[in-house]
Amino acid sequence: MTDTRGSQSPVLQPRVVIATVLVIAALGLSVVVVQGLQDNLVYYLTPSELLDKGEEGVGASVRLGGMVQAGSVDWQPDDNLLRFVMFDKDGTMAVESRAVPPQMFREGIGVVVEGRLQEDGTFSSNRLMVKHGNEYTAPTDGEHPDLNELAKSLQEGES
Amino acid sequence: MNSILGQGLILIALATAASGTVVGYVSGRSNSEVGLRWTKRLTLIFCACLAAANVVMEKALLEHDFTVKYVDQVGSTSTPLHITIVSLWSALEGSILFWGLVLAIFAAAFVWTTGRRHPDMVPYTLATILAVGTFFCFLIAGPADPFTAVTPRPDSLHTGPNPLLQNHLLMIIHPPMLYLGYVGMTIPFAMGIASLLKGRLGASWTRPMRRWMLLPFGFLTVGIVLGGWWAYEVLGWGGYWAWDPVENASFLPWLTAAAFLHAAMLRERRGLLAGWTIVLLLTTFALTILGTFMTRSGVFNSVHSFTQSSIGPTFLVFLGIILVISVILVALRAHLLDREGELKSPLSRDAAFILNNLLFAAFTFTVLVGTVFPLLAEAVRDVKLSVGGPFFNQLTVPIGVAIVFLMGVGPALPWGRVTGDEAIRVLKMPVISGLVVLAAAVALGIRQFWPAATFFVSGFAAAVSVRDMLSPALARMRARSLPFPIALRESFVRGRRRFAGHIVHLGVALMAVSIAVSSSYQQVAEGTISTGESLTLGPYELRFDESRNFSESHRDVAEASFTVLLNGKDLGSLQPRLNRYRGEMTPIGTPAVLTTARQDIYLSLMNIEAGGKRVGLRAFINPLVVWIWVASGMMALGVFVALWPERSGRKEDEADPAQEEQREVAA
Repeated sequence: MTDTRGSQSPVLQPRVVIATVLVIAALGLSVVVVQGLQDNLVYYLTPSELLDKGEEGVGASVRLGGMVQAGSVDWQPDDNLLRFVMFDKDGTMAVESRAVPPQMFREGIGVVVEGRLQEDGTFSSNRLMVKHGNEYTAPTDGEHPDLNELAKSLQEGES
Repeated sequence: MNSILGQGLILIALATAASGTVVGYVSGRSNSEVGLRWTKRLTLIFCACLAAANVVMEKALLEHDFTVKYVDQVGSTSTPLHITIVSLWSALEGSILFWGLVLAIFAAAFVWTTGRRHPDMVPYTLATILAVGTFFCFLIAGPADPFTAVTPRPDSLHTGPNPLLQNHLLMIIHPPMLYLGYVGMTIPFAMGIASLLKGRLGASWTRPMRRWMLLPFGFLTVGIVLGGWWAYEVLGWGGYWAWDPVENASFLPWLTAAAFLHAAMLRERRGLLAGWTIVLLLTTFALTILGTFMTRSGVFNSVHSFTQSSIGPTFLVFLGIILVISVILVALRAHLLDREGELKSPLSRDAAFILNNLLFAAFTFTVLVGTVFPLLAEAVRDVKLSVGGPFFNQLTVPIGVAIVFLMGVGPALPWGRVTGDEAIRVLKMPVISGLVVLAAAVALGIRQFWPAATFFVSGFAAAVSVRDMLSPALARMRARSLPFPIALRESFVRGRRRFAGHIVHLGVALMAVSIAVSSSYQQVAEGTISTGESLTLGPYELRFDESRNFSESHRDVAEASFTVLLNGKDLGSLQPRLNRYRGEMTPIGTPAVLTTARQDIYLSLMNIEAGGKRVGLRAFINPLVVWIWVASGMMALGVFVALWPERSGRKEDEADPAQEEQREVAA
């Protein structure tokens, strides 16, 4: 077998050609994959972390996690519009959601909304998820969300 | 009592697995016949102990023996009997014990079906299986011991398994199918390791290797689709696939296994790609372990992953060991796997298979990067992020379409080489068929590029399969003037493996089309409506009629009733629910689906206001979804047909491929 390969014309060298094509294909794929990743990353942030980003935070697709402030909920079922204020230990943000809230949604509960920060400073979302808990514990006054835990409990691709 | 018995059995299994590993490797090196016999005996003892340990756990669950830790954790006297039985695999420790049972079944089946054949390869294979068994027994005996004796918790805490899992019957079959797929891939992996250790990979070893991969591949296919079906029927977000890390974890080994099944054919028929074939086996197994790590360590939270546990790092270490051993073995031994053939022409079935493998590799790489990236980002940069579904769709759809296209090209072209004229001759009819399908799709309103492309390639590939299944029968019918059914039956018996492959391919083509349409043409509506009011969904009106509450032994149910109307005509009623399980605060929805061949009307109840007069509803039109389940059934059927034992005395893995090919040509 080695003999036949030796006698082949140097132009073909199939192994070299194939290896070159493969390397180019692999590089091409890597570039496309990295590019695709950069365009599609969704960060988990708290209101204060998003506010810290300033102008940069406007318009990017974000999953925002925090607690629903007591007394802030304004639900207009006929327009399917939900407004509330989300807070974490250092900041608050007004949220407008176009999703029908799930049964568990209430004041003082941890939620994650997916959407974008608008120019006017409100966060506009069409997807709202409530923290799943196996056991219900009433939120204590001034409780702060553990974003890590919140994000984790919501990571599963739920609605 | 159950505790001690279970722990004892696991310790014996651990001891036999560990000693069997050593005996197996030693007798593999020395080709000792006594050693081989002992390796087989130890394997069977290992299998018996694991099976018995599972029986003990099942007994403890049925007896509600809350002194056993796992029963204390998932048991409940109020859950129905079938839920109690399947509790075995509803939480971390039990699922690993069950994993052991599946490994035992596969290992015993391998010993029995192999019989006296391949005495050179079997010791190394069994040793490798037992090495994996040792790891799992170690987990069951130590970090994930389900049998530990405990003081029972108060009975009010015995609420049964995760309510999401109790919520649907598919939960009973989806996990075992996945385990059968995942664990079953240990066998071909072990055969691949044996092949590297011996430095030999002949056609006679490739054939059984491929069959042992085909079996778990079939289970994994069914398991993945059942998982999607379950998500669709239970989770209520209107879809069946979300590129969730855990879904991806099950899909990754499926991709490499599919690549392997084709590479192994190329190896068997043409003597090509021996090293690559083995690399695919090793990768597949490593991906099953990676998948287990991701679902069982709590790094991702989802319905699939159980509580955060200490066994995560153990899996990571195991994965590391597998990777290191695999890389070393491949580096040292892969060149010994003799290269018998050569790629003669870029225009041939051989080349199509190679390209198919490259595309599968690219697909795997893309999904792997998207799945693992969030983990790496968190570990390295300490940021929480997720990779959006569009990433996967943008990149994998074109690759998938290309794979379906090659699914037609490969079988249409002959092995070896072909002239351009011949290629045009064999591809003309399928291309025209693809164009006809495309035209029909466009006429029915398909306008987006990728769905349209999917229709073309699926029509093309399906035409190749149908022709390949019918033309030998037609030739036989003409040559010997037989009636068509008899000719078809004869050609089926002669070329069953080919037939089986085409059944799978037809399933893939159907599935590609169904996925393309259902994911691109979904319609959604959501809103809050009061009794008597309707929500408009496409051409339909969904009228909220009434709601009611009732209790079952393990849950409280709130149910809303809707009537589906089309131009005032009553198409039937749907009752989506919210179930609240004992001891849980979060209610779990059960969507209601009106399925027709054309589309599903899918209602998911978001909330019911106090008094039950007003509900929040999300509704979807999901076209062609039912065909996804049908297609997966076809794929499973194809695998089943391929695996059905040969009727004649001739054992398939000893047949001479060249002879078979001649027969095919003659037919």
